[in-house]
Amino acid sequence: MSNPTSPTPTESQAVGGNINPTENRFTSWLSHVIADLGKNGIFIALVAVVVLFSITTNGILLRPQNISNLIVQNGYILVLAIGMVMVIIAGHIDLSVGSVAAFVGACSGVFAVHWGLPWWLSIVLSLLIGALVGVWQGFWIAFVGIPAFIVTLAGMLIFRGLALVVLQNQNIGSFPAEYRALGNGFLTNVFGEFELDPLTLAIGGLAIVLIVIQQLRTRSGRQKYGQEVEPVVWFVAKLVFVSVAIAFFAYALASYKGIPVTLIVLAALVLIYGITMNRTVFGRHVYAIGGNRHAAELSGIKTRRVDFWLFVNMGVLSALAGLIFTARLNLAGPKAGDGFELEAISAAFIGGAAVQGGVGTIGGAIIGGLIIGVLNNGMSIMGIGIEWQQAVKGLVLLLAVAFDVYNKRRSGGS
Amino acid sequence: MLSSPTISDRRRQTTRKTAIVTDNILEMRSITKTFPGVKALSDVTIEVARGEVHAICGENGAGKSTLMKVLSGVYPHGTYEGDIVFEGEPVAFRDISDSEAKGIVIIHQELALSPYLSIAENIFLNNEQKGALGLIDWNTTNLEARKLLERVGLRENPTTPIRQLGVGKQQLVEIAKALSKEVKLLILDEPTAALNDEDSDHLLGLILQLKEQGITSIIISHKLNEIKKIADSVTVIRDGKTIETMPRSAISEERIIKDMVGRDLEHRYPDHTPHIGEELLRVENWTAHHPQDASRVVVDDVSLTVRAGEIVGIAGLMGAGRTEFAMSLFGHSYGSRISGRVYLRGKEIRTRTVAEAIQNGIAYATEDRKTYGLNLIEDIKRNISAASLRKLEKWGLVHDNEEYKVADEFRRSMNIKAPNVLVKTGKLSGGNQQKVVLSKWIYADPEVLILDEPTRGIDVGAKYEIYTIINRLAAEGKGIIVISSELPELLGISDRVYALSEGRITGELPIEDATPEAVLTLMTMERPR
Repeated sequence: MSNPTSPTPTESQAVGGNINPTENRFTSWLSHVIADLGKNGIFIALVAVVVLFSITTNGILLRPQNISNLIVQNGYILVLAIGMVMVIIAGHIDLSVGSVAAFVGACSGVFAVHWGLPWWLSIVLSLLIGALVGVWQGFWIAFVGIPAFIVTLAGMLIFRGLALVVLQNQNIGSFPAEYRALGNGFLTNVFGEFELDPLTLAIGGLAIVLIVIQQLRTRSGRQKYGQEVEPVVWFVAKLVFVSVAIAFFAYALASYKGIPVTLIVLAALVLIYGITMNRTVFGRHVYAIGGNRHAAELSGIKTRRVDFWLFVNMGVLSALAGLIFTARLNLAGPKAGDGFELEAISAAFIGGAAVQGGVGTIGGAIIGGLIIGVLNNGMSIMGIGIEWQQAVKGLVLLLAVAFDVYNKRRSGGS
Repeated sequence: MLSSPTISDRRRQTTRKTAIVTDNILEMRSITKTFPGVKALSDVTIEVARGEVHAICGENGAGKSTLMKVLSGVYPHGTYEGDIVFEGEPVAFRDISDSEAKGIVIIHQELALSPYLSIAENIFLNNEQKGALGLIDWNTTNLEARKLLERVGLRENPTTPIRQLGVGKQQLVEIAKALSKEVKLLILDEPTAALNDEDSDHLLGLILQLKEQGITSIIISHKLNEIKKIADSVTVIRDGKTIETMPRSAISEERIIKDMVGRDLEHRYPDHTPHIGEELLRVENWTAHHPQDASRVVVDDVSLTVRAGEIVGIAGLMGAGRTEFAMSLFGHSYGSRISGRVYLRGKEIRTRTVAEAIQNGIAYATEDRKTYGLNLIEDIKRNISAASLRKLEKWGLVHDNEEYKVADEFRRSMNIKAPNVLVKTGKLSGGNQQKVVLSKWIYADPEVLILDEPTRGIDVGAKYEIYTIINRLAAEGKGIIVISSELPELLGISDRVYALSEGRITGELPIEDATPEAVLTLMTMERPR
């Protein structure tokens, strides 16, 4: 009774009790928003990085030409990040993607330039080679049971070496124009020349409409099944934000050269793989394997088969990244793809993938890749040397994962 | 102050009294140990005389291992109630190294040896023989190791890597390691569980030999004939309580068994009126070998049947091959060189992969749900659907609203305590996790469900719920196989019981004839020699 601190909590409890009804609704709303922000922390980080570099570069970062460059310069890393995050979710890693990209780029040079094959055939053959590389690595990992780290470390050496063999110590250049479009083509002036490209604006508008429709359908579907949905205000606010961002993006592209071909490829991949990971049985199996391999096996999931196809897929995406890179430079060289694996892995982890597997999203990996891209681009514009760029990127990776680990520990996960 | 002595004063008095009255090397008095929700030990008292071999008996889960963990400091002083008096002194161990410093060494059932280090290195692990400059003196290490190996009767080169030794010899290395620490009280947890007869005999002989050298042993064992052979006294523990300690003259298998099981079976199990139909599952001549050591038979020619609506119990001691049988049957998930036939409704089925087993109507809920049963970082919904995603597929996509609905129905019908099905299973209690596992398998809609330790680590209330669910499944006409270490549970819910010992079926009893004594006799029946 004589304890002076004891009355305070009871008092505050009483106060809380009095304004309960309104307070409660607001706090539940707030807690929902906070939980959502926590889940989308990586997205907020991207916005923060963009804002930061817009200021430090006096707005150059968000100029139409630069936005277009951001996509084209990072396209191949984003392609790799998609495959990489899937591999990481399943609890593996792939160190060979840069070498495979170089190898396939070199092969495509032989097909398109030396042999003079049609551009489309060169691309199809190159993707096939990527698939074969994936079959090779997937075989060792899934069916022989050698850790992916070792197999792909070996692959890193093997395919770098093979790239040199194919190139015979020479660069291969002067690719056909259609091939080059993969890396630096634009979908533009289809309806004639305008100040703002109408096709780009139309596609931007269509994208907004589709996203809104899809979100509304998901929401109403959940309501129909009696599931809890987020507060309507927050739902609308998010949609408005996303729509404005897309509109701004489309406007920027339209006032420059239009939609880069790389972006079209990328958008298609994000859509396909996003659905694959979220909604198909295969995608679910990947998460199940990464979360608990034993439990997945004892649930009848054919873990080896899933592992195998993941690496075949990674091989194809590595090939695609190699093609985009070669097309962009108009050159298949021995140094191509150097360090790609590290950027792709960083993108996946910055994007929220867990080191132990089981956690990660395609969207997260893309945003992680964009954060790296904005860092690269922003620091380059500021005139910061490559040495400091490296150091900063390393630090960002470390902090991103540390934040993730801290978050999990605080929320008392498994 | 003068009138009320301090705690240390009181301790000193007790100590003096003890030292005078008895020659016990160890006394554990009124030990009570509670885990959240479970009282593992309740007022356990045990006295071990100097220089004797003292056996501790009890069913799986009776509290033997917990008691030994309290003694060795795995559960440090302060996390339990009661006193431990060792060599006439009250002791308060903070960790294992504390108890080892006093000369108490425990050898666990799972041996704690590093497979790629040599025998000598293992013996002196964390007790390295250092020479000048604090570097390891390999000559002394190997020489001392050789002496210790002689004492335990192991003729091996001290530099041989551990992985080249069989389990029996590894056990001896563990004892040599204990001797190197100048052990006074040696605790062996199920030392012969994994040994063949020859190795067992040698080990038991060694324990008696050590006794002559003045080393006291506590041996935890299920094998009653062994206990009869070497123990000077036996303490029986049941439900976390000491039942009695009998001197050598009073030891009999019947008395031990009676002490181990004697508890009422009333009201702990829901009423169950079996409606047993025709034969559902028949397994014939099922044999499986150890996955690494293909010469060791782990499941030996097991044949059994399960009828529709029937709950069949498999009783067996630790290491009898119960889980090994179930897992080898379920998609060959365990073992090597598996042979035998499986019939469902009289038609032979293949169960070579888990997917095949599930497809053919068999489900297996593992004894270790955290390691083998659940994806703990994923939510309830996705865990329930994990084995049956194809059912939810529509135009190549998983119908996620339907999935939510299904999971939510299970959450309600199984009474999974969570606000919604988006809660990660890692955050649920053991009982609720088990309900998620059961939901997953019920949703897969099997004909036969194998439930391995369905109530392990679950509190009493949730156990009752699980039993009710099992009864409901049987009432729906499914065949249920229950594997349980808790004999009362097995007898409480089964309609028929098989006993398994050393990988063989040693008997089959309808529930009317399955008295605890009868089943335990079958469970401890050893291979005829």
